[in-house]
Amino acid sequence: MFGLVLSVYAFLAGLFAIIRNDDPLGETARRAGIAVWVTVTAASAVLVYCAFRNDFSVAYILQHSNRALPGPYKFAALWSGQEGSLLFWCWLLATYGLVLRLRHKVDTRLVAHASVVISAVQIFFLVLVNFAAHPFAMTVGTIPADGNGLNPLLQYPEMVIHPPMLYLGYVGMTVPFCFALAALIMKYPGEKWIHITRRWTMIGWLFLTCGIFLGSFWAYKVLGWGGWWGWDPVENASLLPWLTGTAFLHSVMMQEKRGMMKVWNMWLIFSTFLLAIFGTFLTRSGVVSSVHAFAESDIGPYFVYFLALTFAACMFFYVRNHSHLQSEHKLESLVSRESSFLFNNVLLLVAAFAVLWGTLFPVLSEWVTGHKVTVGPPFFNKVNIPVALCLLLLTAVGPLLAWRKTSTESLRRNFLVPAIIAVAVGVVLVVFGMKPWVEISYFYSLMTIMLSVLVAATIGSEFIRGGLVIARHNESNVFHGMWLLTRRNTRRYGGYIVHVGVIITMIGFAGVAFYQNNEQELGFGDKMSIGPYTLVCRSYTQDDKPNYSSEWAILDIYKGGKQITTMYPEQRFYKASQQSATMVANRSTVMEDLYLVYTGKNPENGRPIIKAHLNPLVWWIWAGAHFILVGTIIALIPNMQAKSKKPSPRERARALVEDEVERRAPVEAGND
Amino acid sequence: MRIARKKLPRWAAVLLFASALLLMGAAGDPTGQRFDRLGHNLMCSCGCNQVLLECNHVGCTTSDQMRQELKLSMARGDSDDVVLAGFVAKYGPTILSAPTTTGFNRVAWIMPIVIFFAALTTVVLVIRAWKSRKPPDPPATGVGTGSGELDEFRRRAREETTI
Repeated sequence: MFGLVLSVYAFLAGLFAIIRNDDPLGETARRAGIAVWVTVTAASAVLVYCAFRNDFSVAYILQHSNRALPGPYKFAALWSGQEGSLLFWCWLLATYGLVLRLRHKVDTRLVAHASVVISAVQIFFLVLVNFAAHPFAMTVGTIPADGNGLNPLLQYPEMVIHPPMLYLGYVGMTVPFCFALAALIMKYPGEKWIHITRRWTMIGWLFLTCGIFLGSFWAYKVLGWGGWWGWDPVENASLLPWLTGTAFLHSVMMQEKRGMMKVWNMWLIFSTFLLAIFGTFLTRSGVVSSVHAFAESDIGPYFVYFLALTFAACMFFYVRNHSHLQSEHKLESLVSRESSFLFNNVLLLVAAFAVLWGTLFPVLSEWVTGHKVTVGPPFFNKVNIPVALCLLLLTAVGPLLAWRKTSTESLRRNFLVPAIIAVAVGVVLVVFGMKPWVEISYFYSLMTIMLSVLVAATIGSEFIRGGLVIARHNESNVFHGMWLLTRRNTRRYGGYIVHVGVIITMIGFAGVAFYQNNEQELGFGDKMSIGPYTLVCRSYTQDDKPNYSSEWAILDIYKGGKQITTMYPEQRFYKASQQSATMVANRSTVMEDLYLVYTGKNPENGRPIIKAHLNPLVWWIWAGAHFILVGTIIALIPNMQAKSKKPSPRERARALVEDEVERRAPVEAGND
Repeated sequence: MRIARKKLPRWAAVLLFASALLLMGAAGDPTGQRFDRLGHNLMCSCGCNQVLLECNHVGCTTSDQMRQELKLSMARGDSDDVVLAGFVAKYGPTILSAPTTTGFNRVAWIMPIVIFFAALTTVVLVIRAWKSRKPPDPPATGVGTGSGELDEFRRRAREETTI
């Protein structure tokens, strides 16, 4: 409650300080904003302390923890339920607000405006925590000796980090929103705000990406259905702000380089924030059916009002100040970097629309026809795969285009070799048995791999050619040249590494077309075959631990007649929650995952029933995620600074050559 | 012949080739693949909200029974439409994992395509409009700032304000 009062003060005092140009009052608002972080941190710490103390007089702890729960999961209980996760959200928002206010000297007036906006958002979440979903509500009646325990599906290491990452991404999108709205309100001169906003967006995008991949990894390892993405409404909710955020990170370059697309960028940031809030609404309102039913409640209307109010505020300030967002340049050619960004944005937004449309269509259908329909993976795959392939093509072509205008001859010269490599790879794959005419999924897989190779070839040629030129002038090797190239323009080459991550991930997705599975009851010495593997049941047994009891099978795995490993698919029964969960046994290699699930046992003879999945190329998905992570971090690092020592004429000449190479290499592409 | 080849644009040839691939794709469909395809067109009715062939939650008896029904229906020689209609008759329309292409459900499929083409058309129109647009007037007061100078100012602003 104290945090709420401070937030209200930070909002009102900040607002009056701006209106009356009262700096001392503004400073008190800034300090109040910092104090909000102290109060929310204290509240979060107390809740975690209650979990570790097994204080079941707090209803939230009773419902989401128990005595035998391991320490890390007691800590994770903070975000495992509705009330706690909203408090956690408040804490993250307060932390972002703290960083924003501590760095106020970057632009005092812009930060003052942004602080007012972030305070308004903070007030909304603190109202929720104080009045709609109180994490410190007391247990009614007799306090039980033990708690109900954490949902078994959440008792995995990935779940300790997946929600915080996702929340960091969702909440992180608040900061660019605040800067964008602040810049619009104050008709901010110049584009410093867009530079600040881009970095904050990249940070939020990075966390959101990590959260999405960790969620997929968790679903793959824990849910035991052999897949990593089910197009569940809550999964879709995380994808929506990611798609618009990705669009912004591309189109923002148009504004920075050419002073174009100012209105578009402003609304992309607004949309990203609104979709992040919308995603939270979907997760918690139960408006659409979802397997993520951990935190459904009646707080949905609060989010609807907040979304409506935020949209109205954005629209009001846009209508009032839109003349400020006039484009400085015109577009000169259809074959240019600007055009590629436009098409990239359109495709990302079409994908976002398709996901949103499919997610909400059951509600619309029920409203119009009175009958609910299911919109599941077949719909999303059919609609989004062609869009994703078009995006891959653009990812390949984009870096070859120059700002303003690219000659067809230049494009052809730079595109020819990568295209030949891609086609050659396609031909090789067809020769080795990949038949795109058998199934549409095979066709999509082949196209995905070919386009990924095309992207890899164009990016590779960018690195190698640039690296070679710098290496020649520095008298070093090509790898050192590429290293210098990356350090001198981290944003551009970090971005390329992100693109490499995307294509590696896409190759992983392409493997889904060749998925196989088999299910069988296995007694002692029984065999089951899947792909090149033979599974032999050595034994099956059970165990009892304080938190759960378990059953598992011991399976020897043979490949080519030779034993390669032993695997232990397991099923657990959690005592406190009286729920079961599977512990998948997975052997992951670069080519395929052998994924074993203990699905149950035959009640008549006690033999385990094992489901085996052979998932090709899944390893690539997680490898791609690492590239995306590394690439984004590189893009966030400032460019290598010039040496402070006065350079010699020879060094100056060399630096000039490197600058020129970077500016022009390898085609006459721009600096990003 | 040469004239005919000249008249056929490249994109049309690519389209024809892709269509041929798709048509050929419809030719072969062994039983296992058909079961897999149909099973992915159905949802499990136990309330888990998962596709039939992907429902694996512990203790689910519904998915096993439904898979058996699917196999029986296929063994009877029912066509895909009859198999799916049988499931809809028994479990209701929500048993299908994607909207059908009839009635209001058609809107689900049409809208993304409409948006896709509308967006592409808009982009092309915007680019054409931009190409024909006059460059904005220089600032009313002070010394005019050229494009190169603006870029230089932007670069300096970025350097000085890195957060």
